[in-house]
Amino acid sequence: MNDVLDVALRLIVVFAAFLVLPLVVGQTEHKVMAHMQGRLGPMYAGGFHGWAQLVADGVKFAQKEDIVPANADRRIFQLAPAVALLPYLLVLIAIPIGPGEGAIGQVIDAGIFYVLAVMGVGVLGSLMAGWASANKFSMLGGLRTAAQLLAYELPMLLAAASVAMAAGTVSLTGIVASFQWWWLPWQIVGALVFFTAGLAELQRPPFDMPVADSEIIFGAYTEYTGLRFALFLLAEYAGIVVLCALTTVLFLGGWQGPFGAEGLGWVWTLLKTAILAFVVIWLRVSYPRLREDQLQKLAWTVLIPLALAQIALTGIVKVAIN
Amino acid sequence: MMPIPGSGLAKGLAVTLRTMTKRSHTAQYPDVQPQLPPRSRGVIGLFEENCTVCMLCARECPDWCIYIDSHKETVPAATPGGRERSRNVLDRFAIDFSLCMYCGICIEVCPFDALFWSPEFEYAETDIHELTHERDKLREWMWTVPAPPALDPAAEEPKEIAAARKAAEKAEAAAAATAEPPAPTPGASGTSAPEAPAGTAPGAPGTRGPGASGAPGTPTPAPGDPGTDPAGGTA
Repeated sequence: MNDVLDVALRLIVVFAAFLVLPLVVGQTEHKVMAHMQGRLGPMYAGGFHGWAQLVADGVKFAQKEDIVPANADRRIFQLAPAVALLPYLLVLIAIPIGPGEGAIGQVIDAGIFYVLAVMGVGVLGSLMAGWASANKFSMLGGLRTAAQLLAYELPMLLAAASVAMAAGTVSLTGIVASFQWWWLPWQIVGALVFFTAGLAELQRPPFDMPVADSEIIFGAYTEYTGLRFALFLLAEYAGIVVLCALTTVLFLGGWQGPFGAEGLGWVWTLLKTAILAFVVIWLRVSYPRLREDQLQKLAWTVLIPLALAQIALTGIVKVAIN
Repeated sequence: MMPIPGSGLAKGLAVTLRTMTKRSHTAQYPDVQPQLPPRSRGVIGLFEENCTVCMLCARECPDWCIYIDSHKETVPAATPGGRERSRNVLDRFAIDFSLCMYCGICIEVCPFDALFWSPEFEYAETDIHELTHERDKLREWMWTVPAPPALDPAAEEPKEIAAARKAAEKAEAAAAATAEPPAPTPGASGTSAPEAPAGTAPGAPGTRGPGASGAPGTPTPAPGDPGTDPAGGTA
């Protein structure tokens, strides 16, 4: 009975984080983006600096009609947003935010393997949406999404493999536990590759070519309205949280900080995640969208060779140490 | 020298980060009224007392958005045996602001200073018919017309004022010349001479349409002065 209660409590906490953190990131994005562009950002909803803007957005989305196109593949079309969103929740369960077993939803020995495999499922959501919409623009968007996500899955896996080699384990908790400060310069290339590839996986600017709202009118999501569209948006923000938390855990030492490693470990994880989320927003404001060919070129001619070089370097240093 | 690869990317990030630390420059319009520049074109006000129904504004309007209706009234002769005069009376003056393109040609072309720009711009309506402002509404806008800016201190003197001033000076000089031989006359001509500048003064600077209608008033001393001039010369 106690076990059931424990599992339920963990799931509730993870679910709460899953609902709250993306909203925090979204609100931060509103304000940071605005100030980086010399604007104010939404200011009115809720009074103080428009804190309730995203809640109001949610209410707005909930009010809108849920339309399924006549020729669409109904079941698939309706399932797609859930398929896009759920993997991030499942990943969040396996991410350790503090030392010990109390600060993780579920300890999984093959943590990296599980996390990357489940995140890969998110791609399916976009593909389902693009295909089931029975619309050439959505179809194009879906295919572009598939091409992009296939291209960037590889450097992401290679970079993560490098860390796993360095730590000698594929467990996320094991990786954070064996993290040393000098891993930072040692794995910096892998970290950059992982983060960049993760951005592309999320289809965030500057890698938002498949959803390009001005060119192929929101890509695979053209036909989506109301709450289902909101779920796709939520998936994007949940994805930011998950990507930043994963980068923190894999490359930045997770809960390890200069002090208070035992009690305040989760603060370090959250802080590093928040800084990375800020960087995600910052990149969005600063850079223009990549073209299709530039996008593919970056993945295959820059990121993958860099990731391979990182693996080679990791191997050499690992052998030298032993 | 070859630039370091990626330095452009870093520069882009630096720019956005620097902008973030600065205050945003959004104007919070409904809460804070905007600082409109002088001569803002908001709405057109009608000073109907000055309107003579000459129809120039309506004819020059590129959008044909000015509607004027009028009729003629005969004014009985002022003196017995004199001729009756006819006068235009304005019945309707309306501007359709849904058509107006705010070119300002009507205001430029009005020879009697009856149309003015007002900076008021908040007159949106839910029904397009409401955008046709009738005569009383246009008259209401007239109260919001700001005083025209004062003349530049180095600017050339307005023609009417220059003419009036010259005439006044001439009259004064003539009066002074005639005042020398006979002693009692300076009193009479001395009062008439300062009157002329005093009459021009209010019409000249800083008053708007209704005041500027004093401009027709300014020439009046001019014909008056030559009258006194020969009188003084012959005296």
